[in-house]
Amino acid sequence: MAIYKRGYRAYSGPLTPTWSRFLVVSRYAWNGLFRSRLLTAFFVICFFYPVGAITTLYINHSPSVLSTFHLEGSLFEVTGKFFFIFMIVQGGLAFFLATFVGPGLVSPDLANRALPLYLCRPFSRTEYVLGKMTTQVVLLSLVTWVPGLVLYLVQSSLAGGGWMWENLWIARAMILGSLIWILVLSLLALALSAWVKWKIAAAALMLGIVFIGAGFGHAIDAILRTTKGSLLDIGNCVTAIWCSLFRVENTVSISAGEAWVSLLIISAVCLWLLSKKLRAYEVVR
Amino acid sequence: MTPVIELDKLAVRFGKRDILKDLTCSLSGRSIGLLGPNGAGKSTLINTLLGFYEPAHGNARVLGFDVRREQRQIRTAVGYMPENDALIANMSGVAFIRLMGELSGLPSEAALERAHEALFYVGLGEARYRKLGTYSLGMRQLAKLAQAIVHGPRLLILDEPTNGLDPPARQRMIRLVREMKDTHQMQIVLCSHLLRDVEESCEEVLILKDGRIVHYANLEQERRANKRFVEIEALGDEAVFADALATLGCECATGGGGRFRLVLSDNIEIRDIYRIAADHDIQLRRLNYRRDSLEDIFLRAMNGSGSEAAPETVEVSNGHL
Repeated sequence: MAIYKRGYRAYSGPLTPTWSRFLVVSRYAWNGLFRSRLLTAFFVICFFYPVGAITTLYINHSPSVLSTFHLEGSLFEVTGKFFFIFMIVQGGLAFFLATFVGPGLVSPDLANRALPLYLCRPFSRTEYVLGKMTTQVVLLSLVTWVPGLVLYLVQSSLAGGGWMWENLWIARAMILGSLIWILVLSLLALALSAWVKWKIAAAALMLGIVFIGAGFGHAIDAILRTTKGSLLDIGNCVTAIWCSLFRVENTVSISAGEAWVSLLIISAVCLWLLSKKLRAYEVVR
Repeated sequence: MTPVIELDKLAVRFGKRDILKDLTCSLSGRSIGLLGPNGAGKSTLINTLLGFYEPAHGNARVLGFDVRREQRQIRTAVGYMPENDALIANMSGVAFIRLMGELSGLPSEAALERAHEALFYVGLGEARYRKLGTYSLGMRQLAKLAQAIVHGPRLLILDEPTNGLDPPARQRMIRLVREMKDTHQMQIVLCSHLLRDVEESCEEVLILKDGRIVHYANLEQERRANKRFVEIEALGDEAVFADALATLGCECATGGGGRFRLVLSDNIEIRDIYRIAADHDIQLRRLNYRRDSLEDIFLRAMNGSGSEAAPETVEVSNGHL
């Protein structure tokens, strides 16, 4: 029977499992993402470097190609540093992607005061945040550790022998390092958009926190002749952690331990902000 | 039968402000109206029942579920239409209602099907693919109603559903509410400051003022009750006539300009009023029987609940005072 002829009736069918409801929010958010051509174009650009890196690895292991350029052996040795540089490039792109996508996930709901409609259902605030974060985690994973892992597998197949098993720590470092960065970016984007409730302002604030925070941190370092100002620089913090994970020389002025503490504090502040702002109704005390 | 709403010394506090103060009642009617002036605590009560606000002390149960411990069960059984605009402007009507259905636990295909059904039911069938941001105020109210019923709730909580509606749209909304109660066996809690809305669609009324329950009325019972309300327009000394009526044993309220409203008890006949009027040289210009309207009940509740006279709580058990 045509739907318009049916009329309203009570629902008596099966219900979806409670644990899976947060994926509904993720799915709807995901469907809305690629309506923007700019985002789609940027997302494609994010794969240029991984493709270039794979090509480089192929050339590095291809005697025929090398001989064309009158080169012998290989161009360079593939170590943790190669993957570290990959992470720096892709991590930077992930930041801009998160700045573009993250604020648009929560702020429309808050700006339209739609949260009561989400939360009056068997659906909690935690599930809401989890759903929105899942969208970001999947999107940012696609430009960080997923192509990184592909790169790792390509290198393993080209290098042959026991390279894969000898360098398993690189894969672990890529996944762990990416997830840390993705979680920090996601929390920051969600918290800032929950706070200002305006997509553009939240994106600007996110850029401000990362870039102005870095400048402010360096200013503190210079004025007070300390290195602790860099703890305000989120980029520096994550670089310090990646340096330790990829076993490369630490190029920033803070230790990995200090960076962990700084990122944990930033994440805790973001979670606090989310718990304060993501409510069905704000209480005016 | 499980009461729809049970309040047990429920108090809600925002900072240092007491918003709801020791509310105690048990309501079992199919359609319950929450009445009160702006700021009385109606919306706060609803939001507390939905688990949005934490009670400062006391407790509440909705359909037998505890608001502190069983929020998920409450929210599964309840459909909620908020007072404020709460629709995501850049989503189409059907996509939004489908999303809400899925969040309530409906599988994706069923949610889509029911989104269409709900939108046709409320009268938005032709506009279901339009962006919600392009809807008129009346259409947005109907869309909010559609999202509240998409998952087939047992209890429908409506917060000011006729806000901003023109008379035909208001009539349509009230008709839908009554239909859901009568045809689809939903229980309704309707919160409004518009007396007509409540009077036309509710059986029980709870009147709040300053965060307290000031009156409970079972409209169905009151409509059936053989109370004899009489309106009189008289010419003469009003004070003397009012005293005489009171002496006779009538509940009497003066409306000014010689107007009186009386409730006759069983042992008083109309001829007694004529006699008293004659005794005191009062001319009766008009006399008619009249049932207490909700407006009368409401005004009496408001007037009789001055800060000194207001009871701490009004005990309402199983629908009776």
